[in-house]
Amino acid sequence: MNILFILIGVSLFAALIFLAMFIWAVKTGQYDDNYTPSVRILFDEEDVETKN
Amino acid sequence: MEVQKFNYDNAIVRNFILATLVWGAVALLVGLVVALELAFPALNLGIEYISFGRVRPVHTNAVIFAFIGNAMFAGVYYSLQRVLKARLFNDMLGKVHFWLWQLIIVFAAVTLLAGFTTGKEYAELEWPIDLLIAVAWLCFGANMIGTVVKRREKHIYTAVWWYLATFIGVTILHVVNSIELPVSFLKSYPIYAGAQDAVVQWWYGHNAVAFFLTTPFLGLMYYYLPKASGRPIYSYQLSIIHFWSLIFLYMWAGPHHLLYQSLPDWVQALGVTFSIMLIAPSWGGMINGLMTLRGAWDKVREDPGLKFMVIAITAYGMATFEGPMMSLKSVNAVSHFTDWTIAHTHIAGMAWNGGMIFGMFYWLVPKLFKTPLHSKKLANTHFWIATLGILLFAIPLYWAAITQWLMLREYTPDGLLAYPIFMETTIRILPMYHIRILGGALYFTGFIIFLVNMLKTISAGSLVANEPAEAPAMVKLGTREESGESPHRWLERKGVRFAILVFIALSIGGIVEIIPMMKVQSNIPTISTVTPYTPLELTGRDIYISNGCYNCHSQQVRPLRFETDRYGEYSKIGEFVYDHPFQWGSRRTGPDLARAGYLGSSTYKTSIWHFNHFMKPNSVVPRSIMPAYPFLVVNEADINAVPAKIRGMRMLGVPYQEGFDKQAIASYMADAQKIADELKLAGVDIKPTKEVIAVIAYLHKLGRDISPAGSPASNAKQ
Repeated sequence: MNILFILIGVSLFAALIFLAMFIWAVKTGQYDDNYTPSVRILFDEEDVETKN
Repeated sequence: MEVQKFNYDNAIVRNFILATLVWGAVALLVGLVVALELAFPALNLGIEYISFGRVRPVHTNAVIFAFIGNAMFAGVYYSLQRVLKARLFNDMLGKVHFWLWQLIIVFAAVTLLAGFTTGKEYAELEWPIDLLIAVAWLCFGANMIGTVVKRREKHIYTAVWWYLATFIGVTILHVVNSIELPVSFLKSYPIYAGAQDAVVQWWYGHNAVAFFLTTPFLGLMYYYLPKASGRPIYSYQLSIIHFWSLIFLYMWAGPHHLLYQSLPDWVQALGVTFSIMLIAPSWGGMINGLMTLRGAWDKVREDPGLKFMVIAITAYGMATFEGPMMSLKSVNAVSHFTDWTIAHTHIAGMAWNGGMIFGMFYWLVPKLFKTPLHSKKLANTHFWIATLGILLFAIPLYWAAITQWLMLREYTPDGLLAYPIFMETTIRILPMYHIRILGGALYFTGFIIFLVNMLKTISAGSLVANEPAEAPAMVKLGTREESGESPHRWLERKGVRFAILVFIALSIGGIVEIIPMMKVQSNIPTISTVTPYTPLELTGRDIYISNGCYNCHSQQVRPLRFETDRYGEYSKIGEFVYDHPFQWGSRRTGPDLARAGYLGSSTYKTSIWHFNHFMKPNSVVPRSIMPAYPFLVVNEADINAVPAKIRGMRMLGVPYQEGFDKQAIASYMADAQKIADELKLAGVDIKPTKEVIAVIAYLHKLGRDISPAGSPASNAKQ
């Protein structure tokens, strides 16, 4: 039954990594703006074309 | 802020687009060929190079890695540059990636048809090609990560995460599943055996679906759907949430391919649990995709490309609901080993991947070549033909699956199997195979219309190989923006760091399932009567693999009444400890062979039966749709390779005696002579060195070691 202990241990480890990543992402502001990035890509290549 | 001028690399995108068009036509045509060969076995012509077992892997590999792969690279390379506001990291890496990938495809087709295969589905390519794949894939990854590092846009758009997860996921899968021991230039054995090999292979197989067919296409959806519809994605937040949950959950779901099979129960339960959970992140993607079009459905009416994307996303939603349902044991008992799985994969491949590719190309190609689409009318025709083709393909196969399953499990009132002859169930579903050919032909016709439309568009337009662009320089990485920032924080904004985190997350899922199987002996109960393959049997096994017999025959009896009644004792984990690779199969077009050497099983046949069956299957099984294998009687077995194979197996832990490799050929000849003598008594005079002798020996080994009646030889003496 040692496998179950390995399994639970590694699963918890994975969960902790995700928790840490989530906290990191929120703290560093990667996800602060959940709207602008979706609109920004729509204006990818307009700059150069309109100037030409 | 300084505005920098730079160029987008459009030439690499064009190259991958052209490759997609060429290989797409080839892959679908080969698909049509295998569908015809399956329904009309005479079309195999008795030629080994074009027989179903060899052509089917060419179809699957060509669709996944040539058609879908090239389209993915085209889509990624175009969008990556634009969302990151940077030219691709290195032109040379892109060129090497492109040409090496095309070379791999050619090598793959040639080697598979010539019979060089590892015998592991969707990972059939032999070790030198595996190495080339690794190089090409690393070029892709390096190019992508390099572009992320030198980007001008600080925020990494959601699509890019999916691309990065694709790179990291496939890298891990390919490396772990391809660990094999070469015994000659084009022959290797996987280091894993039996149940371990099975769990690694289906961990790979399932995650190839995840990281080659799903994550990159969700990334492409998040770029091309907003671009084609002119709408931002419905919820950026949802894209983040379902990304993380999806890449975490996928890694654990592989064992759902092995339900009721020789695998510890807890591994199966784990696979089922995570498969059910996968509905949530998968539907996150579908909902996000479809809701993006809210208020824009009038555009869908006008734009054939958007229509394809709608079909694709809808099919993605259906397939990712169906998949978890198929992971339930009771449903899996029906879907596994029947055409249900084939229908499921084609809904995903034709509608999801195909639909996204067509939708993407109808927007991207006119854009890239700065010209309107040649004909919108043709594109609409393509849409309707393809949709009809998908329906005519999938529905008959669902029908066939249920029909066959109902027949296989039907009992007479006396408690006997109602259809003891497997072929009866296959013949019943043959009309469904005919309709499926029509569906496939329609889909292929649609592709040709698409191809013409694309080529006309391309020739009317002109490519700006280096498209000028400009963007403000990104605030230099490593600059501390705020006071009090920790010294490590600069690292956190880097794509590389992100990549490492994804790598860790993905690794854990795989390690938990594979490492215990390799290290924990208690999971593999051994059976004292199970012996390693003799040199003759091992050679026969390699011929069996080389001809792709596993494409139609499983070697796994599930502990279900209608299977044990039909084939004999259910399969035990300890029976497979010398199987490099495992050959459990995934679809039964013919009967299971796990008990082909088990006296008392319906699948046990004499040597002369096998000989006649290979020469002309329907002479012993009326109306059989198995193709003939007359070349097994003509071809000489590769006996000189036997000592190296024995040495290789010894290295992998198969308990052959020290120095047995030197006696291997003598052992081979002695065993082969016995079968040749047996055949001679039945009136067939054949040299013992022919391939057919080795295959017969192998078939008689299957299940023999646990047969209560003992070996056929000892039985014959009684």
